[in-house]
Amino acid sequence: MTPIEPLQLTRKDFVSDQTVRWCPGCGDYAILSQIQKTMPQLGVPKENIVFISGIGCSSRFPYYMDTYGIHSIHGRAPTLATGLKIANPELSVWVITGDGDGLSIGGNHLVHACRRNIDINIILFNNRIYGLTKGQYSPTSPQGFRSKTSPMGTLEQPLNPVSVALASEATFIARTIDVIPKHMGGIFLKADQHKGISFVEVMQNCVIFNPGTWHEYSDRKTRDDHDLYLEDGKPMIFGKNKDKGVIWRRNGLEVVTLGDQYTENDLLVHDVSSIEIAWLLSRLQYPMPLGVILDITKPTYDLGLWHQVEVAKDQKGEGDLETLFNNADTWIVE
Amino acid sequence: MKEEHHAVVKEVDSVVIRFAGDSGDGMQLTGTQFTNTAAIIGNDISTFPDYPAEIRAPAGTIAGVSGFQVHLSDSDIWTPGDSPDVLIAMNPAALKASLPDMEPGATIIVNSDAFTQANLDKAGCETNPLAAGDKTLRDYRVIQAPISSLNRTAVQDIEGLSPKDRDRSRNFFALGLVYWMYDRPIDNTVEWAKKKFAKYPAVVEANIRALQAGYNFGNTTEAFQTRYRIKRAKLPPGTYRKINGNEAVAMGLVTVAKKAGKPLFYGSYPITPASDILHALSPLRNFDVLTFQAEDEIAAMGSTIGAAFGGALAVTGTSGPGIALKSEAMNLALMLELPIVIIDVQRGGPSTGLPTKVEQADLLQVMYGRNGESPMPVLAPSTPAECFDFTLEAFRFALRTMSPVILLTDGYLANSAEPWRIPDPEDIPPIIVEHPTEFNGDGRFLPYKRDPETMGRPWAIAGTPKLEHRLGGLEKSPEFGNVSYVPDHHQQMVNERAEKVARLADVIPEQTVFGPEEGDLLVVGWGSTYGAIHAAVRQAHNKGYSVAHAHIRYLNPFPRNLGDILKRYDRILVPELNMGQLAFILRGTYLLPVIPMDKVKGRPFKISELSEKIEELLAGDAS
Ligand code: SF4
Repeated sequence: MTPIEPLQLTRKDFVSDQTVRWCPGCGDYAILSQIQKTMPQLGVPKENIVFISGIGCSSRFPYYMDTYGIHSIHGRAPTLATGLKIANPELSVWVITGDGDGLSIGGNHLVHACRRNIDINIILFNNRIYGLTKGQYSPTSPQGFRSKTSPMGTLEQPLNPVSVALASEATFIARTIDVIPKHMGGIFLKADQHKGISFVEVMQNCVIFNPGTWHEYSDRKTRDDHDLYLEDGKPMIFGKNKDKGVIWRRNGLEVVTLGDQYTENDLLVHDVSSIEIAWLLSRLQYPMPLGVILDITKPTYDLGLWHQVEVAKDQKGEGDLETLFNNADTWIVE
Repeated sequence: MKEEHHAVVKEVDSVVIRFAGDSGDGMQLTGTQFTNTAAIIGNDISTFPDYPAEIRAPAGTIAGVSGFQVHLSDSDIWTPGDSPDVLIAMNPAALKASLPDMEPGATIIVNSDAFTQANLDKAGCETNPLAAGDKTLRDYRVIQAPISSLNRTAVQDIEGLSPKDRDRSRNFFALGLVYWMYDRPIDNTVEWAKKKFAKYPAVVEANIRALQAGYNFGNTTEAFQTRYRIKRAKLPPGTYRKINGNEAVAMGLVTVAKKAGKPLFYGSYPITPASDILHALSPLRNFDVLTFQAEDEIAAMGSTIGAAFGGALAVTGTSGPGIALKSEAMNLALMLELPIVIIDVQRGGPSTGLPTKVEQADLLQVMYGRNGESPMPVLAPSTPAECFDFTLEAFRFALRTMSPVILLTDGYLANSAEPWRIPDPEDIPPIIVEHPTEFNGDGRFLPYKRDPETMGRPWAIAGTPKLEHRLGGLEKSPEFGNVSYVPDHHQQMVNERAEKVARLADVIPEQTVFGPEEGDLLVVGWGSTYGAIHAAVRQAHNKGYSVAHAHIRYLNPFPRNLGDILKRYDRILVPELNMGQLAFILRGTYLLPVIPMDKVKGRPFKISELSEKIEELLAGDAS
């Protein structure tokens, strides 16, 4: 093998010449910056990185990345990403979507991209609101949420992005939050390393239309008591003083305080290969699990498809037009 | 075996035969087998399969009738024929459904065993047309053959055959009989059955015996006084095969990919009558064919956009309802300016409409059915074999303009078969695809810098070092392609996208005309109506009328000389399987009065309908 040349890329190489146009204070800035910082660590040549988005505030993202990119139409980014990854499996393909784009208008595509286990990364910015269209409730807004289109409160139940991904057979599922850059960076890197679909929910703050929607999980004062930082093989412990934990009782997960009754040994140990644990974690709101929830290996669609091409060539030989044209009853007219 | 009686053999120029039965009776297969044999013997052929949308519509009912019509001839033929010379009706419903198409004097062979009271009731027959004294069939030559019972006897002692399997071979009894009538050997079908059912020797045996029994029945029954023979057709020399439109499209796509040295990406969602293209391509992985069965029509379109950005030759195929769903993504492809071919195999609409029937009513949809100013090239092949050539043409256009291109076929072209002179792959010119690798601007890459001649933009694909760029559905600045709402930028980009489509006229062949260069009447058609219009115009022409035929294969843009041609005739008749869509466009484009002739019955034009209309318009004009 020829040694791979170290890629001397820095964050700056990924900053495009376009002015970023999100509202000042929007959570998207931190996500953009963190992704730009993560890119040099992928070990992928810049020309092989592609960002594809749909419509919404988050979907302006590709314009700000100095990589290949497509700002597509509402909800359809996973379909473009799928075609692109099939055409060239060498590419590192990233889908940037939001709660409306990915779970409402594009819900079907998200589900199918997951179940195909195509090797792309889907980053869903969840701010529980429609920002670009100026403040309507979204499919992740809590029931009863008041917005321009639900002045008396929404009647709908919200979707849980992680549960949706899990039910859709995704093989890598993680959650992170816009206010903890380091955590985000680590997750993005792991998402790219995973072969197969990677689904990441980023809890994101919309300062204009839904400020503080995640405040207990994001405020410095409260977050350590509300966020559970998952680590594979480690007990589920949280709290400012590391004095709380999660145990698995007959009916599901329960939060306990460590002390006389419970010790660290009683806590549930995270296992990223367990779909059962992933399911329970996906339903947990307090504390909010952050980190890699599931990471399992299954055959990927893109490589599977190209493998079939190889197998077909082995079995039938390289396709030949003359044979194809004549593969029927033929007759000769003199 | 009984003594062979001496039927007279008569030479005829052509014959139209229809096999009709229940959709479970295997009529499509029977018709296909007969056609294959006729084709191999060298007749010109044209077929018209007509089947219900339901996989197994209620047995014995009119709705469940499946028909396969084939026209054989010793010279060029243009259509599957207006009305059958011979009808094989496997049950009362099949007879009843076909009678309106039959002319007096035609031959009708009925499976008399199927004319039970229950079947007559299911078909809604008030009387039994076979009963003595019944007048329903008095104008026809009727041959009653107890096909079911004769066939049962023929196969009864085959071991390992269920009673159901026994009856299933009765379509081959009918086929054997027709082989006898038209002096065709059964060997080809025998070979086919041996291969097809290799794993089920009992079924092979049943099919062969049924064929032979049918053949012998003709031989020994006094009812048949005449056999017919049709000479080989005088087609141009070459090797031929039978092909239908969907097969031709699939082969065209593979040819394009091979000639361009690129993988073919075909993203599609199953839909009648386009699914057969996906079926034909799926086993061709060894040609670098990447078929992708998408989760819906929108995803199919989206996936082609991604694939094109990655450098594959990207195609999607669908029918009218699918185009409706794809429209937004089609416009994204138009806005990004990526080369993609979109195949619309039209069917009867609106909404779900008539899924298995033919109609040409998507023309206005593909021309104008998208938001904003969004012209797309539109091509319409006129015969099944032409579907091959126009698939190649569609890609040439897509690559030249960097635009999605629409290939408009229909359910009739898709399923009808005709002889195809197999091209030598060496004779097909290579398809040159260029992907830039260098900057085209001052130290940078300008994704929307246009070729001064074609107005196409460079097709830089993801994975190319240095040329990283972003495309998007928002309006953009010329050359740079950055998001721009500057008023003049929008105007300029709209103009440029229109101009590159208009400039295709530089490479579109001039419109040709069959018949006089000027005269009383020009009949203008497009798509699958070609054969019927051509035959009708020919007839009128031979009768001395001043009438010509122009068939438009390039619908957007039109050939440059089309306007001049239209002006050279006193009147213009535009027959279409819609309510006047091309007529509407022609009026708007050339400000000429045209006479529409519309039909939306889910069936193609008959030559006679067109002849009547032509003669009605020209009554008294004959010279
Ligand atoms: S509307 Fe909300 S989500 Fe959109 S840019 Fe502004 S702050 Fe960000």
